Amino acid sequence: MPTRSLTFAFALGLSALALAPSGPAVAQDAIKIGEINSYTRLPAFTEPYKKGWELALEEINGAGGIDGRPLEIISRDDTGDPATAIRIAEEMIGRDKVAFLFGTFLSNVGLAVADIAARNEVFFLASEPLTDEIVWGSGNKYTYRLRPSNWMQTGMLAAEAAKLDATKWATIAPNYAYGTDAVSAFKEQLTKLRPDVEFVEEQWPSLFKIDAGSAVRALEQAKPDAIFNVTFGPDLAKFVREGSLRGLFDDRPVVSLLSGEPEYLNPLGDETPDGWLVTGYPGDDVDTPEHDAFEKAYRAKWDEEPQTGSIVGYNSMMTIKKLLETAPSLETADLLATMEGLEVDSPTGPFVFRKADNQATMGAYVGKTALVDGQPSMVEWYYAPGEDFLPSEEEAAKMRPAE
Amino acid sequence: MSFYFAQLLTGLANASSLFLIASGLSIIFGVTRVVNFAHGSLYMLGAYLSYTLITTLDLGILGFWGSVVAAAAIVAVIGGAIEVLVLRRIYRSPELFQLVATFGVVLIVQDVALAIWGPADMLGPRAPGLSRAVRIFGEPIPQYDLALIVIGPLVLGLILLLFNRTRWGILVRAATEDRAMVGALGVNQRFLFTSAFMVGSFLAGLGGALQVPRESVSLLMDMSIIGEAFVVVVIGGMGSVTGAFAAAIIISVANAFGVLVFPQISMVLPFLVMAVVLVVRPYGLFGTAASAHGGATVPEAPLRPLSKVGIVVATALFAFLLAAPAQDDTFILVLLTDVLIAMLFAASLHFLMGIGGMVSFGHAAYFGLGAYAAAIAVRDLGLPMLPAMVFGPVMAALGALVFGWFCVRLSGVYLAMLTLAAAQILWGVTFQWQWLTGGDDGILGIWPARWASGNATFYYLALAICGGALVLIRQLAHSPFGFVLRGGRDSPVRAEAIGIDLRAHQWLGFTIAGAFAGVAGVVFVFSKGSVFPETLAIGHSIDGLIMVLLGGVQALAGPLVGAAAFVLIEDWVTRLEYWRFIFGAIILVIVLVAPDGIAGGLGRLWRLVRPARAAA
Repeated sequence: MPTRSLTFAFALGLSALALAPSGPAVAQDAIKIGEINSYTRLPAFTEPYKKGWELALEEINGAGGIDGRPLEIISRDDTGDPATAIRIAEEMIGRDKVAFLFGTFLSNVGLAVADIAARNEVFFLASEPLTDEIVWGSGNKYTYRLRPSNWMQTGMLAAEAAKLDATKWATIAPNYAYGTDAVSAFKEQLTKLRPDVEFVEEQWPSLFKIDAGSAVRALEQAKPDAIFNVTFGPDLAKFVREGSLRGLFDDRPVVSLLSGEPEYLNPLGDETPDGWLVTGYPGDDVDTPEHDAFEKAYRAKWDEEPQTGSIVGYNSMMTIKKLLETAPSLETADLLATMEGLEVDSPTGPFVFRKADNQATMGAYVGKTALVDGQPSMVEWYYAPGEDFLPSEEEAAKMRPAE
Repeated sequence: MSFYFAQLLTGLANASSLFLIASGLSIIFGVTRVVNFAHGSLYMLGAYLSYTLITTLDLGILGFWGSVVAAAAIVAVIGGAIEVLVLRRIYRSPELFQLVATFGVVLIVQDVALAIWGPADMLGPRAPGLSRAVRIFGEPIPQYDLALIVIGPLVLGLILLLFNRTRWGILVRAATEDRAMVGALGVNQRFLFTSAFMVGSFLAGLGGALQVPRESVSLLMDMSIIGEAFVVVVIGGMGSVTGAFAAAIIISVANAFGVLVFPQISMVLPFLVMAVVLVVRPYGLFGTAASAHGGATVPEAPLRPLSKVGIVVATALFAFLLAAPAQDDTFILVLLTDVLIAMLFAASLHFLMGIGGMVSFGHAAYFGLGAYAAAIAVRDLGLPMLPAMVFGPVMAALGALVFGWFCVRLSGVYLAMLTLAAAQILWGVTFQWQWLTGGDDGILGIWPARWASGNATFYYLALAICGGALVLIRQLAHSPFGFVLRGGRDSPVRAEAIGIDLRAHQWLGFTIAGAFAGVAGVVFVFSKGSVFPETLAIGHSIDGLIMVLLGGVQALAGPLVGAAAFVLIEDWVTRLEYWRFIFGAIILVIVLVAPDGIAGGLGRLWRLVRPARAAA
């Protein structure tokens, strides 16, 4: 039975391969960096992100790298499982000897990698996770976070929501840490601005399993003046369709977290709701010289419009570029010292990594959803700088555990 | 009043969707006894195909319904191909082995859909002619919901007509009742199985296609439906289409009203209902005792003590594991620790299903329970590492003691599904009980004690614990207690007849298996420094099941081989593009080449090679 034995030889060979040091041989002087993200679990959001950092990587290496040394990114799929992410991080640190780590999308994966980075005393740039824990409650000195956080983005929306006439609010959010954190952060910040508001109904559908019809009916029954939404992805599409069919959004303002990001907004197509207050990214409509250059390069390489993930991926590499250009060496201590207060220029404007809580002041765009020429778009938008929606550095430092 | 009527209608519309998927799953299981994990993938393919047909053809009302039926028909053909190319070849394998193959199909379909349709979600157009809401008692009800409320019973009627008025339907019902007898009467089983699989796939495709006007088509559709579909099938009674209909209505209506009172309920509601139903009615609402088990398979050879070759191989392996830290590569130790944990987890599951004959779809519950108990003991009770490592398995055993009392009253697939319900409820509690468990952010910073924190030291500790536990499991399998369990597995009636209290033994076996899973859990939590709800989620239970079945359920070495193969292949393959396709393909190849698992295949290979050596 030759085929049978061959198969087993193959299977055994695989095992041997897995144990052997792997990866193609690289130029001696490349700077190795580890990157981890949920590429198969959430490709809709992580593919644009990957395209963003790949573009930046090409630009950096095309211009001769950092001090003549090219960057080599070892990129891995964490399959959406924190335990897998920990194993990959340990491989990158222990075997590949990367200089530092970046990436992650899911908050629990981000927290897990932050923990392993601290244990191994390796710098970690958390690109995408939104949880406030990663810089505050569970913050550590090895972990910096790029993207505007839950607290910042709900703060931007709360500022707009406070201007509305509404006092009775209902909320709907996926039932996991991101959803519950977003709702409580929004409540806290809105109540501070408008002590007269009350929250009359909460819906907590399971993530990606929303029973939209029932949830819409439950919200409607509470007769709120306005709705705060945190659902995203397939849940958002279902919620929008069932809600508009049942008239939930008629004459009722909706404030919606992240829904202006092209990843979430574009799939809504001609069902795009009119006039929802959202945080997001207006893509091509941003007209600054820095953004135009980025947009042109992105379109040239990928033949599509950049999305929020693209910006986050690109800005991650901009941070890394600036860090490596400034840091005296690749030692973790030098990297961390350089990160403190590091100023980075990016397509969406300059931002700073705060010394007190390791959070970047990268902002987000706030605006309204609309169909423009049949395309889902953000209108009446403005850029909300991150520093305006962060607690002061003294307050932030108090929220962090003692080192 | 009108509000509640409208809520009822919403529930009924959801019930119709759920019924379509579940009915197909039920028919497939009833006839072929295949637990078809790929049913969610067929559902997703139906949605994608109908989205493509609807948007490219754009032919109005007729075009819409034509596209829906065409998509379902294409899915039926795909299902038929899966049956003919893969499943047909492994019907004689040990019970439930086919689910490994369908797991491979799930992985392949995920990457194929990603490659064809891309990562972005796609929201299809509303159904032409049914795009608005009508007012019923003043409440807006989507027209499409009303259409679904009609379609569900309509499909049920058609299936019942097919079952009661055609020869094919009579054969399907007969096969559901007694497959062996149908075969003995000379019915062409090949045709029957393939056609039943195609009808089931058609219904899955139809269910997916009909979702297009309700939700965006996305790559997450397969996983989001499969759990609930199984729950509906089990509540209704495996193989009963009417039961599936009733169960779909119960679940969906309960959910529609449940979210009004307790918005978080939908996470565990289906599993709560299933647990209650199974405790009261062990074969579901409309099921029969015959529906619990698959057809006869090759009887298992008695366990033998380790042969000389086995001793040599085991010693060599142990020596290899002992020498591993000599290499200057800390990651090898991390990977080998993961392998050891997986081996112990798989072996504990094998003790339950291979030795005890009790298949579990929720064994990760006890792994997770052990891990969480240890983590909480360290964080809140301030326990040092070693006492926490004892505390974890004790709590896991306690959990298994409680759930096991309910589970051992059932048998076959119903037992498996009750273990799944128990695990899901535990998962829901862990997820929701944030101040204790940290919710989905998990518990972080649970690292080994200082003396064991070196890479090599902790590796040796893991090797000692897992190795010791594995030896203990082996001893148990060969002990009188193991003999009783195996006797009860092979012939419960005879075991009872010679005066054995089988249920008590099985309960004890369930608890012991849970405790060993808990041991694997505590090693896990200290090796990762953290624990997350994923450790007790369905996915982890299924991983364990795949390890055992892939390795070979009929050999004690099976789970060890399976676990090592699974962890090492996964670690290697995830480095590649489209790794799910490759992983799925590898699984299918193994399944087809070694229908009795890797260990079984290796055993056969060894018997082939040995005489040749002796002659030389």
